[in-house]
Amino acid sequence: MPAYSKFTQQELPACKPLLTPEIVIAAFALIGALFVPIGLASLHASRQVVELVHRYDASCVPVDDKVGFIQNSRTDKTCTVTMTVPKYMKSPIHVYYLIDGFYQNHRRYVRSRSDKQLRYKSAAHLTSDCVPEGDTADHAPIVPCGLVAWSLFNDTYTVRVNGVVTQVNKKDIAWKSDKNNKFGKNIYPSNFQKGRLIGGATLNESIPLSEQEDLIVWMRTAALPTFRKLYGRIEKDINANDNVTVVIQNNYNTYSFGGSKALVLSTASWIGGKNNFIGIAYLTIGGLCLSLAMGFLVLYMVKRRYVS
Amino acid sequence: MARVRRRLEKLKLSTLYSFALCAKGSTEDHSKIGTAGFSRVVYVNDPDRHEEEGFRYPRNEVSTTKYSLVTFVPKSLFEQFRRVANFYFLVSGILTLTPLAPYSAVSALLPLSVVITATMLKEGVEDWRRKQQDIELNNRIVKVHRGNGSFEETKWKYIKIGDVIKVEKDNFFPADLILLSSNYPDGICYVETMNLDGETNLKIKQALEVTSDLQEDGDFTNLRQIIKCEDPNANLYSFVGTMDYKGMRHPLSPQQLLLRDSKLRNTDYIYGAVIFTGHDTKVMQNATEPPSKRSKIEKKMDYIIYLLLCSLLGIALLGSVFFGIWTKADLRNGELKRWYLRPDDSTVFYDPKRAPLASFCHLLTALMLYNYFIPISLYISIEMVKILQAVFINQDIDMYDEESDKPTHARTSNLNEELGQVDTILSDKTGTLTCNMMEFIKCSIAGTAYGQSVTEVEKAMALRKGVPLGDEIEAGGHKEKQIEESPHVKGFNLKDPRIMDGNWIHEPNKDVIRDFFRLLAICHTCIPEVDETDKVSYEAESPDEAAFVIAARELGFEFYKRTQTSIVIRERDPNQNVADYQYRKYELLNVLEFSSSRRRMSVIVKEPEPEGRILLFSKGADSVMFTRLAPDGRKFEEETKRHINEYSDSGLRTLVLAYRVLDEKEYENFAEKFRTAKISGSADRDEQIGEAADSIERDLILLGATAVEDKLQKGVPECIDKLAQAGIKIWVLTGDKMETAINIGFACSLLRQGMTQIIIALEAPDIIALEKNGDKDSIAKASKQSVMGQIEDGIKQVPTLGQSSTESFALIIDGKSLTYALEDDVKFKFLDLAVKCASVICCRSSPKQKALVTRLVKHSDKVTLAIGDGANDVGMLQEADIGVGISGVEGMQAVMASDIAIAQFRFLERLLLVHGHWCYRRISVMICYFFYKNVTFGVTIFLYEAFASFSGKPAYNDWFLSLYNVFFTSLPVIALGVFDQDVSSRLCLQFKTLH
Repeated sequence: MPAYSKFTQQELPACKPLLTPEIVIAAFALIGALFVPIGLASLHASRQVVELVHRYDASCVPVDDKVGFIQNSRTDKTCTVTMTVPKYMKSPIHVYYLIDGFYQNHRRYVRSRSDKQLRYKSAAHLTSDCVPEGDTADHAPIVPCGLVAWSLFNDTYTVRVNGVVTQVNKKDIAWKSDKNNKFGKNIYPSNFQKGRLIGGATLNESIPLSEQEDLIVWMRTAALPTFRKLYGRIEKDINANDNVTVVIQNNYNTYSFGGSKALVLSTASWIGGKNNFIGIAYLTIGGLCLSLAMGFLVLYMVKRRYVS
Repeated sequence: MARVRRRLEKLKLSTLYSFALCAKGSTEDHSKIGTAGFSRVVYVNDPDRHEEEGFRYPRNEVSTTKYSLVTFVPKSLFEQFRRVANFYFLVSGILTLTPLAPYSAVSALLPLSVVITATMLKEGVEDWRRKQQDIELNNRIVKVHRGNGSFEETKWKYIKIGDVIKVEKDNFFPADLILLSSNYPDGICYVETMNLDGETNLKIKQALEVTSDLQEDGDFTNLRQIIKCEDPNANLYSFVGTMDYKGMRHPLSPQQLLLRDSKLRNTDYIYGAVIFTGHDTKVMQNATEPPSKRSKIEKKMDYIIYLLLCSLLGIALLGSVFFGIWTKADLRNGELKRWYLRPDDSTVFYDPKRAPLASFCHLLTALMLYNYFIPISLYISIEMVKILQAVFINQDIDMYDEESDKPTHARTSNLNEELGQVDTILSDKTGTLTCNMMEFIKCSIAGTAYGQSVTEVEKAMALRKGVPLGDEIEAGGHKEKQIEESPHVKGFNLKDPRIMDGNWIHEPNKDVIRDFFRLLAICHTCIPEVDETDKVSYEAESPDEAAFVIAARELGFEFYKRTQTSIVIRERDPNQNVADYQYRKYELLNVLEFSSSRRRMSVIVKEPEPEGRILLFSKGADSVMFTRLAPDGRKFEEETKRHINEYSDSGLRTLVLAYRVLDEKEYENFAEKFRTAKISGSADRDEQIGEAADSIERDLILLGATAVEDKLQKGVPECIDKLAQAGIKIWVLTGDKMETAINIGFACSLLRQGMTQIIIALEAPDIIALEKNGDKDSIAKASKQSVMGQIEDGIKQVPTLGQSSTESFALIIDGKSLTYALEDDVKFKFLDLAVKCASVICCRSSPKQKALVTRLVKHSDKVTLAIGDGANDVGMLQEADIGVGISGVEGMQAVMASDIAIAQFRFLERLLLVHGHWCYRRISVMICYFFYKNVTFGVTIFLYEAFASFSGKPAYNDWFLSLYNVFFTSLPVIALGVFDQDVSSRLCLQFKTLH
């Protein structure tokens, strides 16, 4: 004899709302009422953010043969750009470099690293995933190995505000967890950038990997081919109409693959950097729901149909 | 008990039966023994000798399991990877071990192994259950001769060929035996073969005369026989063998063969020699792998999976082309484009110089990457959902039968959702629609109708007409009173104060009434059993007979005792003096049993003194009986005929009773003729006996007619009505004759008054005439033509689908016509007609025909559900999309073959309308949900690829990817599949069209 319980008899109470006009209108109105304020707030926050973007890849190379220029190690690649700040920028001001058309998410690229090697001293020889940047010609392991580290970004920026050199703080630009858990404190670069082809920046062999924050930032690969990465922070407010001059050492080759580079100065708010999308999306959906609610309400008032 | 036994021992029943036993087949070719196919040699009572002689026979241990410990892993793995999806995942899993893989190998192989392990576990548990059943069976106890006349209790599995075993009453035979002797001196025993063929009537087996005197345990001490017989085969009804015993060779026939899984009845014990054991037994040879059924949704799902595979291939190809183009562009004239990928020093997978090859490798990678289009856990999730659904079905208290303590039992859970799509129900009648319980409800004696009870057919008809039956309330009240007075007697529902309680004595035709009930008490083959309180119960071959004897008992003519040569009737004094019994002992001279061709049964008895007349009591179908009446015995013919018509109109089974007084000389003549016919060994012995019987069964005097109701099961008409409202067509396939079938059809509201009945039968006079001529070919030809004609006429009658008609049609077809209608060239026409009719009744159909009809209906792409309770329905149940077994009285064979077992027909309503609806919806929604979530996921991966230059980098973490299907998203879907209800059960039942 099967025991009786509401569960076994499938008689548990359940909520089965009937979609009556009242409920539908109320639901739409509620969604609208919730979403519009959220949207307004995020849009407002996003508009508070001051962001300066300056693309310099083309302007910093005076000659037509851009690839030849950048690959020539003897040319002077210093380049100066000047921006005028439109609005007061409150510190900290984040300095980013923005690269476009760089597939950091390419499967070959992403995999070309050895996480173990970055973490453990004893794992320095684990370079099999890193080919062709795994070992040197005489079979010594490269630390850090792989294409990701090899192609480390190597442009540098010197910032002057109204002619005064302003410190760009490069401390704490990487994730804390990365520093503590993914890069070893006792691992020092070796044999890096010693091969036939030099990819990007070199590393100071006396600083452990966990302190090489530029590398750590770079090795957290971007998901999309257009990405910005943190270069440093300016811990000083900049007033409106101040002139910001940045001296760029334009070393990094984005010309071969037709990409672009830009420098970004941005303040932050509670929603992060400048991002209008969230606010607009909320506003759109909220507005749509409100107008649907209104429309249904009108229909409901005008042509009422009674449900038996 | 002891008393019964002593009495039975004196009974030499074989002398009573004239037909059943005379059918000793001697036609089998015994000369074949010893040649190929007939090589088995059995040394009876010397089981160890077989090995010495080099015979290898299997043990009696049976195993119905699919796997053994050793074969489980390889075999079940093989089964698993026969599924397209699983195989695909295996291949892609192996590929992940190569550098082609877009993610790590473990994360790809783990979900697969989880899914495979879970499925294997399920298989294992199911097989374990089968194993348990086998163990139970193998460990049953039976007594085996262990030398010196002592019988020892032994487990079934230890029984060996040649053992002599003793089987006691109501036990199953452990192996195929040769009957040596029974407690009856003539070596007769009764066997119930319900598990084999579904027939409930008892069959009589008889030992060879030479062995039937082995009555005591001790007789077997020095018994030595050699049995030579055919090799194991699946034919239940044939057996050829010889027995060498005491220097003589005796032929053995199926008459001596007791089959495993049949049951000893009405016999205290038998001795038998084991000849086939274990898987050699005929019943095991008959066991076929039940066809595995797949639901339509599952088949459709396969198509969807193929579709997804194609789309997967499509997008993978697209990605590869782009990948190839971009990879090639990385290196132009030795100049590195995307220098950070080092295209100058690359592996084959990214080599711009070998871009086409890289592109092809990428295709493989992409196939692995996009395998999220294919839900790996779909099968296992569906299986889990179905099992849980089945649990809910099993738990449903509204489908629990208190009487038999049987809940619904969904045996194969993978057909749940089919329940929601059933279009046609094919139903057995006996035991399914009806209880197979006969109630003596009315009778017509000497032209007067007795019995006021209202039959269910009458109720149904009254209900339909909307006229309240005048005396229904009265009858109801009467019934209540009746219940208060005395508990309802099973099989008896005759209510008439005129003849009850001995009042018949005041009726004008009291002599006829007395003869009528005496006939009922005498003319049968039942065996009485008297218990301590002097109450008599009966063992009967068929429920009809039991109903007659019980009716006679209730009216004061108690059949009390049967001996070999006499029948004792205990008559209550009609003058209310209950204590005063009068015993009348009739000397039993001959029994001319019932057979389907004779359609009547007679006994010849000698009345006790002082009358001392020799009487022939006869009962039979009206068609044969009325022609056999004497001119002066037709006094009440008109009235009786009218009553019979009335009875059969109200759905009752009728029999006509008549008797005849024989004078000594006449009987002597007959007895002589009969005896010579019986002992003559010639081929036409049967005919001679029939002739002899025919000669005496004449000039009968009509007494009256009986009406027995085949009780409908509870709630059947209502259930059928509701199912019909839900748009389900119901076909009844029955072995009954047409009239009965139509009656039952009316009773259970299958047929309604307004319906046009299209009857297809082969009873046209010209065909009957042809049949008499006996030319088989021309009969077949004419019959077929006639059936064709009738079907075409029927089609013409039914308006084509376009026209709307309020008139509904019912098709009734008999077994003989069905044979022709099922022939290849006619069957689609027949189907055409049948599909247009609201209900279809096939009468006189054999089990094979039932299965054939089911197969035919399946041709129309409709989901069919077959429901039945007996072994004769097994074919039908297995053939149908869903087989529903009634776990009622008639054995377990149907239940074993069924997909779902229910206790009563009426539960079908809830099963189909509520659970069917739910399960169908749940599974469909769940499968859609499943594909939705996987396609969504797959598409995000694909879109991301576009941003990663189609390099095959997944957007998600490896483990997230692999656990997405197996863990993260499976529970909500399963919950939906198990619990979702779009409408409550109450609404499902109220609005049947939801089905």
